[in-house]
Amino acid sequence: MVDSSIVLTGQAIAYTLYVLAIMALMAWFGYNVTRSGASTIVRPAVFYSFTGLLVVLGVSLHIITYNTIPWAPMDLNRDSITPDRSFVIGVEHHKFILPSQKLTITCGETVLFDVTSQDLTYGFGLFRQDNSMMFQMQVVPGHRNDILWYFDRPGVYTIRSTEYSGPKGVAMIEKDVIEVVCDHVPQH
Amino acid sequence: MSFTQTLLNGARGTFRPDSLTPMQKMTLRFVVVGLVYYGFAVVEGMIMRMYEITPIDGVGNDQFFAILTAHPLVGIFGSTYSIVFGAFLFLVPFLMKKPLWSIRLGNWTMGLIAVGTLVFWGAGFLSHYAPLYTLYWPLPADFTQFSVVGGTFFVLGIALVMVATVFFVINIFKTITYTPEGFAPQPAGLLLRSALGLTGFNRGRTEHPVSLPVAAIARGTVDTALNAGIILFTGVLILVYMVAALLGYDMRHTAVDALLYKNWFWWGLDLIADGLVLIFVAGTWYLLATLITGKKLYMENIARAALFVEMVVSWTVWSHHLLSDQAQPGMLKVASGEMVTAFELITQGLAFFITLVTLWSARPLKMTAPLRFLLGGLLGFALAVPAGIMQADIGLNRILHNTQWVVGPHVHVAILVGLSMTLYAAIYFLFPILTNGAQLFSEKWTSVHFWAQLVGGIGMGAFMGMAGLSGMLRRSLYVNGEFNTFMVLAALAGSLLLIAFLVFFFNIVLGIGLRGVIGIFLPARTDTKELVPGEA
Repeated sequence: MVDSSIVLTGQAIAYTLYVLAIMALMAWFGYNVTRSGASTIVRPAVFYSFTGLLVVLGVSLHIITYNTIPWAPMDLNRDSITPDRSFVIGVEHHKFILPSQKLTITCGETVLFDVTSQDLTYGFGLFRQDNSMMFQMQVVPGHRNDILWYFDRPGVYTIRSTEYSGPKGVAMIEKDVIEVVCDHVPQH
Repeated sequence: MSFTQTLLNGARGTFRPDSLTPMQKMTLRFVVVGLVYYGFAVVEGMIMRMYEITPIDGVGNDQFFAILTAHPLVGIFGSTYSIVFGAFLFLVPFLMKKPLWSIRLGNWTMGLIAVGTLVFWGAGFLSHYAPLYTLYWPLPADFTQFSVVGGTFFVLGIALVMVATVFFVINIFKTITYTPEGFAPQPAGLLLRSALGLTGFNRGRTEHPVSLPVAAIARGTVDTALNAGIILFTGVLILVYMVAALLGYDMRHTAVDALLYKNWFWWGLDLIADGLVLIFVAGTWYLLATLITGKKLYMENIARAALFVEMVVSWTVWSHHLLSDQAQPGMLKVASGEMVTAFELITQGLAFFITLVTLWSARPLKMTAPLRFLLGGLLGFALAVPAGIMQADIGLNRILHNTQWVVGPHVHVAILVGLSMTLYAAIYFLFPILTNGAQLFSEKWTSVHFWAQLVGGIGMGAFMGMAGLSGMLRRSLYVNGEFNTFMVLAALAGSLLLIAFLVFFFNIVLGIGLRGVIGIFLPARTDTKELVPGEA
């Protein structure tokens, strides 16, 4: 499965290119709007074409990501997917209650994290050793909060609350508690 | 003239508060209150920027999160609401060519915002009440972490601002629809339909009873009213828990469904982001474009109809805030969270296009301060809206939600570059009208203000965004300096924003003098409903 860090890199490149283009456009506009020259009104056809372009851009973004980011369809259809492994995790008084001290996952497994809060709204996120985020979800009290993730490469991950739950929530970090071990690199 | 004399009396003595009408005084009071609270928000922002790098003596984590709670509320309610409400209470009668329905109600609006903001800010500062503006249930009623008394005053302060908002809404719609004394009877129903944008669907219609900027103001005001209702309702709910706690009862938090609560609260909050900000801003762009160019707005009927579409969008868009809530129905995530949200790209993109074409139609234009800031505001939203559309995607939200990306390239660029520069454009345009021709201390300082605001706002948003893409969360603290490189760079960019504010603030204060500022708050010498002296 494509790693979330690769998706973020792609997003950063695409957005940076857009930023440079729009800044160049505004600089060009700002310079030329003060100069004499033709100021022909833009034809309605151009306006409606631009409107169409915006519609295509807005809708196609979601179609493209749904078909290229593997966790998007997996998330929407997770009720019909049987996980290889499940972890039931509780949260109460600003503390994660894990089923064991270490959560070990084998490469190639689809894992369900089922997290329940007994008091406040929290977050549940997995972070890599370099502090970058692999994924996260909200943990709302009184509701089921579950997420599926497919692990296909070795690594050690930290659990951290990704939602503010008062100043005490800053310390909700379970360092290096998830380990993914690989005997071989799976083909998925 | 010595610096002290300039500070007291203004640089050129061109400002005479005695000459101001009650309407001018009311509007300027809003502006002063708004700028003072903008200063609060900037200083708070800098304290937090520094705290994100290294702890500051005398500021604990509790204080940090209290500041984090107050900061957006002071910025939106204390500053933006003041400036926007003041400007629109002046512009609606100006554009409708009739007096404001009630100047007295306008002054009450200003006073309640000023006092209410001070009350909730003070409550947070003193008691460290810090559930953040999102108030995720049951955090605002978690009295094991927060003071009940502090929270009670906090909610009361917010409630005062909401009452002020209701006063503003009444004043705007009454001004649009009422018939002033001595005027020919005005068709209230037709005026109201036109104000809501409905007459824009009649493509053949070339004349509208209400001008487009007034329609935009009315449209945004509808969302402002609904938002006030949601916040007041939520405030009363929290207050019930607080009163119970003060009386010694511990009410069950589970009586309120946390997810349902989150849905209704975000529905209301998003009316500010998508109703107030986007629609009010679009209306201000249209107004400034027509005033700067003296030309009719390009595609005016489409722009008018788009305002009505934006109303439907802003009422059905909230679910993009719940894309990471797994119990939220998938249908709502896709329909509201992704697809309706994508419409914001369309409506804001059209406003951007229409404004630029209108400006282009009048070239060559002189690069005045209002035009320069208007272009800055357009750029700000051109950067921030697509950033928001990206995070409002089920796949991308999984790795962006609650990171610094959300508050950097999206929120802060939208507010500090898009919204603020649009408001500055309006202030620079209205300044001579509201002050009867008073001059700023220095025209050159407006350029310094522009570049510091633009580079500071975009720079800070960019470095926060880079931190977010690297995994840095918002609403959290990193005590081991994990993201210090980005945070130092963001703080340097933030210091440019501080410089921008100081340059702007002193440009006005040194222009009109402290005596002039005080004079704005003294009663007007004349009892007239005219907007400016000698209008009739």
